[in-house]
Amino acid sequence: MTNGLSREQVVNGSLLALLLAAPLIAAALDEPFYVSLATRVAILALAGVGLNLALGYGGMVSFGHAAFFGLGGYVAGIAAFHAFEESAFLTWPFTIGGSDQLLVVWTVTALVVALVALAIGAVSLRTSGVYFIMITLAFAQMIYYLAISLPTYGGEDGLSIYLRNQLPMGDSAEPLTFFFVCYGLLLLALFVSARLVASRFGAALQCARMNEVRLATLGIAPFPVKLTAFVLSAVITGIAGALFADLNGFVGPSMLSWHRSGEIMIFVILGGVGRLFGPLAGAALFILLESFVGGFTDRWQLILGAVLLAVVLFARGGLIGLLAGKLRHG
Amino acid sequence: MAEPLLELNGLSKSFGALKACDGVDLTLLPGEIHALIGPNGAGKSTLIAQVAGWLRPDAGAISLLGQPAVHLSVAARARRGLGRTFQISSLASEFSALGNVRLALQARERGAFGFWSPVRKDRRLREEALAVLARVGLEERAEVPVTTLSHGERRLLEVALALALRPKLLLLDEPMAGLGPEGTRALTAFLRTLKAEAGILLVEHDMDAVFALADRISVLVYGRIIASGPPEEIRRSAAVREAYLGDAA
Repeated sequence: MTNGLSREQVVNGSLLALLLAAPLIAAALDEPFYVSLATRVAILALAGVGLNLALGYGGMVSFGHAAFFGLGGYVAGIAAFHAFEESAFLTWPFTIGGSDQLLVVWTVTALVVALVALAIGAVSLRTSGVYFIMITLAFAQMIYYLAISLPTYGGEDGLSIYLRNQLPMGDSAEPLTFFFVCYGLLLLALFVSARLVASRFGAALQCARMNEVRLATLGIAPFPVKLTAFVLSAVITGIAGALFADLNGFVGPSMLSWHRSGEIMIFVILGGVGRLFGPLAGAALFILLESFVGGFTDRWQLILGAVLLAVVLFARGGLIGLLAGKLRHG
Repeated sequence: MAEPLLELNGLSKSFGALKACDGVDLTLLPGEIHALIGPNGAGKSTLIAQVAGWLRPDAGAISLLGQPAVHLSVAARARRGLGRTFQISSLASEFSALGNVRLALQARERGAFGFWSPVRKDRRLREEALAVLARVGLEERAEVPVTTLSHGERRLLEVALALALRPKLLLLDEPMAGLGPEGTRALTAFLRTLKAEAGILLVEHDMDAVFALADRISVLVYGRIIASGPPEEIRRSAAVREAYLGDAA
């Protein structure tokens, strides 16, 4: 296996090719529903890639990533709302208006999510294990209730995005174009993750997961390493949230709910914790089950539960582990 | 007298009513092996935890290389030049031996910084890591995951990790534990060559190794140092015999 591609690389490449082929074929057959389905997979996979950085590589079991996903969604929604109304988000001390530009939305999402994640992480990372899970959940619930209590932005009903935020070139309202945008960002996030994990920072992060005592003893304080990873992870998930709101033309508190945190976690676990393409495999399987089994029965989550159980009990490397074999470490 | 690498002054730590560490004074000079012995429950672990930075003492001072260190974190003390090994091997278990040493080397250079270049492709880092592994005789086992290393090999890897930091002083917590007579002899010989490079505070239960290696021995009983001096003096001390060597013999 020293020459050519490893089995995992082949599996990863096939997944990417499949995800690219599906909407192209669907568009050719004039089936826009499947284009939108593939877009969902790409976006949710992106959210999972974000969580995987914290959970898979850093061992930080965040049960609050919906907070970042939803924040991204609300940035997209609120920006579009003010752009549509031609009103201002803030008038004092300076004026901040809305925006219908995706690039602006993403930049603001990254900044807002990074700040919130920095605050949440700085508090949460002082705990570990089950306390960390609970405290991240608690923060996410706080943001959830904050969103519900904002009548300007729809409160419990959420906020519709009447016009999808725009690209500097191309028409983002065109389903296939929007798919390419999401797919491109997924590729970018995968690439950045791969580089990060293989870098010095990645080595330190993984050591923090395996043995924090050892990391500190070598002279690297674990806290800043984990906090950095947590913030990066949140930003990726936040961008996914912004895309998700634009895809659906809607953002509501459900994007911030703990169910959503659980779902993102399921993508990662289903696909393979700490496997680069795990979230993509997991999100794809999740959406397939939801759409196709969900088409037959409302109880599709029973099947999901059984699959999840099987993965946790028998295939610790998740789907990727099943397809590509055990992870090899260097 | 040369400036001590490590100086403890009146170090005290209590857990409730238990004085695990009761006004301990201790110094480690450059080029020496200072052994710390004591029966189980004497407070050795508490003392080590305070020196390494895991426990904050209730009272007293710690200075590393002449600088006050009580307020420093574990990582900061390591960067000042404190290398240590653990009584029970504590390694990054999913990495190879090489991966572990590489991490130690990168820690010495610029910590976790470096977000883009693949660390495995850094040839200089790899060569340096192999050189460190060679010092403890593990170069052949470099690519082996830590989980498949033998107990003895893990003990040696612990020492290699401490050495990779180019420490000014070493805190070795029962390095001989579970090594067997052969391994103990080899490590004893190795530590003797090491002391010129870094002073060693050695906590060890193997009395043969302690008396063969130590320039000075301090005896800790119930959180207090009851005797401190050259090995011969300790061997002759009646108090030590009664408190410790007596029940070992």
